[in-house]
Parts: sequence; structure tokens; C-alpha cells
Amino acid sequence: MADELIFKPVAELAALLDAKKISAVELTQAVVARTQAVEPQVRAFNSFDQADALAQAAASDARRSAGQGRGPLDGIPVGIKDVISVAGQPLTASSKMLANFVSPYDATVTEKLRNAGAVVWGRLNLDEFAMGSSTENSAFGATRNPWDLTRVPGGSSGGSAAALAAGEAIATLGSDTGGSIRQPAALCGVVGLKPTYGLVSRYGLIAFASSLDQIGPFARTVEDAAIVLGAIAGHDERDSTSFKTEIPDYRTELKQRNGPWRIGIPKEYFGAGLDPEVAAAVEKAIAFYRAQGCEIKQVSLPHTEHGVSVYYIIATAECSSNLSRYDGIRYGHRAKQAKDVVDLYFQSRAEGFGPEVKRRIILGTYVLSSGYYDAYYLRAQKVRTLIRQDFLNAFREVDVLLTPTSPTPAFKAGEKADPLAMYLCDIYTIGVNLAGLPGVSVPCGFSSGGLPIGLQLIGQPFKEAELLAIAHAYEQAHNWKDRHPTL
Amino acid sequence: MNYEAVIGLEVHVQVKTRSKIFARVATGYGSPPNTLTDPVVLALPGTLPVMNKAALDAIIKTGLMLGCEIAPVCKWDRKNYFYPDSPKNYQISQYDQPICLGGAVEIELPGPARNIMGEHKKIPLTRIHLEEDVGKLNHGATDSLVDYNRAGTPLMEIVSEPAMHTAEEAFAYLTSLRQTIIYGGISDCDMEKGQLRCDANISIRPVGETKLGTKVELKNLNSISFVRDGIAHEIKRQLAVVAAGGTLVQETRDYDGQTGASQSLRSKEMAHDYRYFPDPDLMPVKVDDAWKARIRAECPELPFDKQRRFFEQYQLPYTLTSVLVPDHALSDYFEEAVKLGGKPQAVGNWIVNDLLRELGLAQLGYSAQIMRDSKRLTEEQITETGTFFSRKSEHPSLANIKIRPAHIAALVGLVEAGTVLNQAAKEIFTEMFTTGEMPDAIAEKRGLKATPTDSNELEQWCRESIAANAEALAEFKAGKDSAINAFKGPVMKAAKGKANPKLVDETLRRLLAGM
Repeated sequence: MADELIFKPVAELAALLDAKKISAVELTQAVVARTQAVEPQVRAFNSFDQADALAQAAASDARRSAGQGRGPLDGIPVGIKDVISVAGQPLTASSKMLANFVSPYDATVTEKLRNAGAVVWGRLNLDEFAMGSSTENSAFGATRNPWDLTRVPGGSSGGSAAALAAGEAIATLGSDTGGSIRQPAALCGVVGLKPTYGLVSRYGLIAFASSLDQIGPFARTVEDAAIVLGAIAGHDERDSTSFKTEIPDYRTELKQRNGPWRIGIPKEYFGAGLDPEVAAAVEKAIAFYRAQGCEIKQVSLPHTEHGVSVYYIIATAECSSNLSRYDGIRYGHRAKQAKDVVDLYFQSRAEGFGPEVKRRIILGTYVLSSGYYDAYYLRAQKVRTLIRQDFLNAFREVDVLLTPTSPTPAFKAGEKADPLAMYLCDIYTIGVNLAGLPGVSVPCGFSSGGLPIGLQLIGQPFKEAELLAIAHAYEQAHNWKDRHPTL
Repeated sequence: MNYEAVIGLEVHVQVKTRSKIFARVATGYGSPPNTLTDPVVLALPGTLPVMNKAALDAIIKTGLMLGCEIAPVCKWDRKNYFYPDSPKNYQISQYDQPICLGGAVEIELPGPARNIMGEHKKIPLTRIHLEEDVGKLNHGATDSLVDYNRAGTPLMEIVSEPAMHTAEEAFAYLTSLRQTIIYGGISDCDMEKGQLRCDANISIRPVGETKLGTKVELKNLNSISFVRDGIAHEIKRQLAVVAAGGTLVQETRDYDGQTGASQSLRSKEMAHDYRYFPDPDLMPVKVDDAWKARIRAECPELPFDKQRRFFEQYQLPYTLTSVLVPDHALSDYFEEAVKLGGKPQAVGNWIVNDLLRELGLAQLGYSAQIMRDSKRLTEEQITETGTFFSRKSEHPSLANIKIRPAHIAALVGLVEAGTVLNQAAKEIFTEMFTTGEMPDAIAEKRGLKATPTDSNELEQWCRESIAANAEALAEFKAGKDSAINAFKGPVMKAAKGKANPKLVDETLRRLLAGM
């Protein structure tokens, strides 16, 4: 029974809970037991607090018994990436800098999940400060891919993807700055949604690159992603960049939108470096949509080639400033033997940050420096506008864009020692962040080695309902989601 | 060679808003350390700033009062530098698009004497922008502590053009700017509490030269007189360096108001690279015409405009306007009393001379009361200063004293009508101040009214007085008008001082005319 529960989607578990066939405590116990069993291999969590989770589950059961259930997420254990604040729980960003930091407040998404009755569960591993594509840059050890423990789960939200794939949570939250939800979702064979910039509040999310960061769900199914998105989306007056927009019932909308859709295939996303097996899987998905009567149209996003460069200027510039607050003065790691305040800064930051974080802070400091600002940051912002314009132009002809999520399936741990090689993992996902668009990765097959492959659908701003409906149509006609890794 | 100094001031003013500029935490001074903080103020991981519109209202108001052009969009930038008083290690500020551009501060230079108005000038402004204040460091013997209560208080930076040439001008500029801002209710500008802080950029150049010389930034000018003294000292120092054949270096100097000396803090080479860039956490805010119109409607008349109006409308002398006008509440009080019928000059005199004196005494008495309660003053000392207010009451101010404009207007009316005499009016005033009773009632109660009960009686006293002084009568008849005064004393004496002097004068003249 327990093993069956942990791989069931939210929608199904909610029905069981409502029918009192299972209790939230039973479900949470199953998740805790599974986590305890597989964590030594997967290492998806930085920490978890089972007593706290079980108490939340008991409260959920009490609500349901009293007829005060809060909907499909009530009693569902949802794992949280360790950059999203949960009151009274550690908030480490997988960095030595915050190794002992406990956050005193709930992020807006955490608060919203609690309001929906979810069991807020565990602190999921990531690349330090969400900088990386493999979850190897964690100060607390790398997370492994449940499908092949010698491989990476992707990143930076590798813990969120791996925990879900391994049955250690029913859904999870991640954050996506350049692909950090979609790429690990693809590499771990789950659904990962990066919402439109501004749809979900960033309050309580440790900032990496403020103009690119967005929180989103990992889920077993598109429907589950719709349920979680519905719970966390919406304007928040604590985040000035959150958008005032009507939040539709994404779950209901899935079934009300039936296409056919106009699907754009950006030619720049199918060039050199794309793994043939990934290409083949994506081609099959295109064929599926065509067979459904969708219009398939090749489009061009001519500024795609500049995406990675623009991203690594803007993201690093913002992060160099965002991470200044980690100085050893008010909280976080403080060097023991500093001579004076400047020495305290140098030593605390030298000891507290890992190499990739330092690399990006240095890069970002450089591009913002007097004399270089115009040539780098300002120029990058202009190209960013062109990249966004490319997408908006394409959306005049098509409803959605279809691309591979990642150029390759999961790669071996330690394989990409060269930072530039790692940066190229995100070439298909970065443009979506630069343009502020929603993107979802959906499983679309397996490699010959048994590794999951993901399909990326890119939607128009704030049209998540349509984007999810298009993904849902594909998912319903395939059974990739029914496969689970054996651990 | 003759040199002139060129001075520009950078003035920081804390805006008086209830909460901080980017967090929902109260602003304030003197609270226990780190109590006016929250996760946002402390820059805990994951927190975000949200702009307080009241702060933007305040700077727009300042800009409109000073004639600045208001930018159509309020854009925020980050100024990056590490210092422990800055929780994020960047300050949210405005770099290339300040909310206010241009404008000017009208100043009045000292006149030839205290009672003569000095020359007026307009000092042009470069810009005014809004930013967040930082916390405060307290250095101990072995450690330093940070108090973040001040961090996030809205702060305006008002930058003048390098258009002043003497320390007196800078002093006048700061005085006028301060008055204007207080007038607008934008800040209390208390320099002791750090609500107004001033840095000066000072250079010298040969007279006739148009290019600016090497500039020195003078910091820590933390009182208005330190600004004057510090600038004067710096000009002297620069002139001395040049006179000795030396070269001035671009640097930042720290002025010590106690010793009157300054020392170098850092040279140009050590200047920060602040790596400004637009703050991605804050959306630009559109400031449309309706917004500006709403604020414009709240802008008070500027102090110097009001002074000119007081000259024209009330024919007040400079000596009265220079006291009434700088205090917004006091000038309102004055106008209210005039509106209630008081003669402007008389009302002005009562307020400037008597009201302010009594208020000052009341404030002293209040302080003394507090001191006595803390056993720091003797009974005698208390009695000397007088007490009007009990400890439990508020600190006496124009807003809470019992004497209102209606009292002043009524008193002026009584004197004007000759109902009470000047000496009686002074007594009445003191009692009005203490009790808040109307002057008429006090005069009645204390028998201070100058009303002859019976005109026949008055006429009789007059006849007797004339008859008793043949000498004066002869003089008067010979054309010496002032001789009439000699008859008045005995009449007043007979009336026990309560005769209406006007009536006495009239009666005497009537009788004398018939002789």
C-alpha cells in the first residue's frame, strides 16, 4: 500500500483522502519511510523534520474530519527547495554561508501552501544559491539521479526533481532562473513548470537573479502541476514584481481547452549539440501533435545564440549585488579570526561561498564596474529585449513553442568540470527566463540507457492555462509518467 | 591674485513618514536598538522591498515647493558598497533619473542690522533624489555594535549647484531650505537627531575664472553653525595652501566642530565604484499629472512669499514678519487672530512680544517641573521659573496652550476701543495665558475696565481739574496743545484709573473749547 501511495498523483490521493480511504498521517508516514529508505542513495534533502510533517498531517486529518478540508492539496506532502523560506526551518541555499541559518518567516508560497492544507515537507538540495545545472555545487553533497545514481539529477533544483522521482514527496517546489526547474524535471522524468515572471510571488525566495527568478512546481502529472500552481500563484503586495492578474482554475481549464493548437518549432533549438535520442523523442512528440490536427510551423528566434551570454551577464550582475548581504555581520557564516571589518568580509565570504558562487559574483561585479557597465550590462539588457521580441513575434503566428528541454539526458556526475560546458546545459531554457515567459517540461520518452527525456513547451505571458492544457493533451496520450525508477 | 570660493551643498533630509521606505516598520528616533526592524530591514534571505508611497509623495512635494521639474517616472537603482550599517550592502537610491530636477532655494543674506532685511538670492538646485537611510554604528572599546533602527528611513538628497561663494550664503541656504521643508511638513529637520545632514563641496578659483577648481568634500557638518564655520575654515585652508605655493588635492575631509579643524578621510583614488544598476526588485513608478496636482494642492505658501504677502496685506514691519513667518504655526495663528478682527500690527506685537515670552516661560516651567520630579532642581529654582503646566500635561506649544487667536483678537479689540488700558491689558494677557478665560471676562472680574460709570461725574472731574490749574489753562489757550495732559492726571486719579482716556480727552477738549 505504502509504495503505491508515494507514486500516486495529487489528484488521486486527494480523492482517497476525501473518501477517508487513507489519512494524511498515513500518507506522510509513507513518504517519510520512503525518504528514510532511499535518502542514503539519492541525497535529495538537506534536512527534513518528520515530527513537524506528521503534526501538519494530523492537523489536516482533523480538518477533513471536521468537514473543513481545504481542497486537493490538504494533507499532501510537498517538498520545498532549500531557497524558499519556511518559518522555523533551516534555510541554507545549500551554502556553508547559511549552514546554520533558520528562517523566522514563511515565504509567500509557503504561506499559500499552508493555506491550501499542504504538508510542508523537508528542505531540498540544490546547487549553492541555485547556481548550477547538476546539484553538484552543493556545500552539503551532490544529489544523485534516481534513475541512475552515477548521474546528476540536473539543477539547480535537483533535490526537488530527484525527491519527486524517487517517491520522497508527492509534489515539490523549485525555482527557475535559467532552467533550474525544467532541466532537472527533464533529467528526472517529472513535470516541471516555470511560470510567467510575476505570476508567483518571490517573497521568501533567496534571490539569485531577481529579474529572472521564478518559483514553480514539480509534479508527477500536468494536472498536479496545475493544482500546485493554482495554490501558489497570485499577486502579493510584498513583491513589487508580482503581477495583478486573475488566477484561473488551471485544473478545470485543462479539460476545457482542446485545441487544435498552432505549435511553433524554433529552428535554432534543433542545432549542433542536441543528442540524437533527445531529438528523436521530441520529433515523435511533434508528430503526435500533428496527428492531433495541430498546425506545426517552423519559426525563428534569431537572437537565440546570444541567450547564454546575455544570461551570464544579467544573472551574474544581479547576483553580485543580491549576495552582498551575506557578509557575516547580522547572520550566516562569520570568520573567526578577522582583524577588522574588511577582513571579516573577505574571510567570511571566502569561507562561506563555494567556487561557482564566487565565480559568478566576480563576473557580475566586473560587468557592473564603472567603465564596463555600458559595454556589458546595458548591452545585455538591450539584447534581452530583442530576445523577448523574438518570442513575441513568434507568438503572432503560433500559440506555443515546442523544443527539447535539455540537449542531453542526465550526464555523469563529475562529467562537466568545465563551467562553460555546464552553462550550455541551459541553452534551451534560458531564453524563456530572459523573456519572462512560462515554460513547462513534460516527460517524452527514455533514452536507450533508460534515462528520461523531457519536452519543453513555451507559452505566452500569463497563459499558463493554455500551456498546461497543451502539455496535458500530450501527457494523457502517453504513459511515460507511469514509469518509476527502481531504487 | 584674488580668489573666490565656490560652494555646493549636498543635504540629506529624513522624510517624516510613519513607516520605512521599503518595509512596513515604524520609523523613529530613540527607540531601544534594533526594535524598529523586521526581516526586510535586516535584509534576511528572501526578503524584498516594497515602496512606501508616502515617501514619494513627500519628495514630490519638496520638489514642487522648490520649483523642480518632477520626473514622469520614479526609477530605483542600487548603490553597491560594503559597510556594516548597510544591511543589504547596497543602498536603494536613484542614480541617473532623480525624481526632482532643477529648482532653486531662495535665501536671505544677513542685513546691515538685525531689524533690516538683507539681500535675497536664488540658489539653483541640481537635483533631489530619494533613497534609504542606513543604520548606526556604535564603537566600543573592544567591539562595534550596529543599530538598524534608522536603516530604511526615507532620505532625500538635495544637491545644490556649485553656486554659493561664502560661508554666510551656505548658512542662509541651509536655513531657508530647512524652513521650507519644515513648512511642507516633510521633515522636522532636527540636526541633533540626524534628520538633516549636510556635506559641502568646496573649491577656490581666481576671480574671473569660470572653470571649477579642485574640489574638497567636507563631511560631518552636523549643525547649521558647524556648516558655516567648517566652510569658512576650509576656504581659509585652501587659500593658505595656494598662497604657500601648494597644490590642492581632490579629497574628502572630516570636519570636527569641537576643534574647528578638519582632516583627510580619503583621496580621489580611494573613491568607491558603486556599480549602480536599476534595482530589479522594484518596478518604476509612474508619476502622472493627477498625482502631481494632488500634491501641489497640499503645498503651503513658501516662507518668503508669505513674508512678502505680510508686508503688503498687513503692512507688518520686517521685525514682526521675521519672527512670525519662519514658524508656520505661528503665522497661521497670527492670520487667524487678524481674521477674527484684530488689528494686524497690534496682533503681531502681542504674539511676538507677549505670547512668545509667556510660552517660553511655560516651556521652561514645564522642564523645571520634570527636573524637580527627578530631584535635580530645588524648590526655589522651580518658583523662579514659574509653573503653568503639571507634569502630566503635554510640553507647552502653540498647539496646546489655552490662549487662542480669538483671545488675542478680543484683547486687541478692547484696547482699540479704549475699554482697557495698556497696563491692564498686560495683566489680562498673563491671566488669559494661564486660564484661557476671555479678556472681557477677566477685565470685568478683576475690575480692569476703563469705563467711567457716569458722564456727568466725568464732566465734573474735568471741570474741577481745569479750575485747579489756571497755569495750564493759560498755556492751552495760548496754543500749547500738550498742556491738556496736565488736566488728565487729576481726572484719572479721581476716577481711580478706570476712566476711558479717549473719553477724558474728548470731554476736556469740549469744555476747554467753551472757555
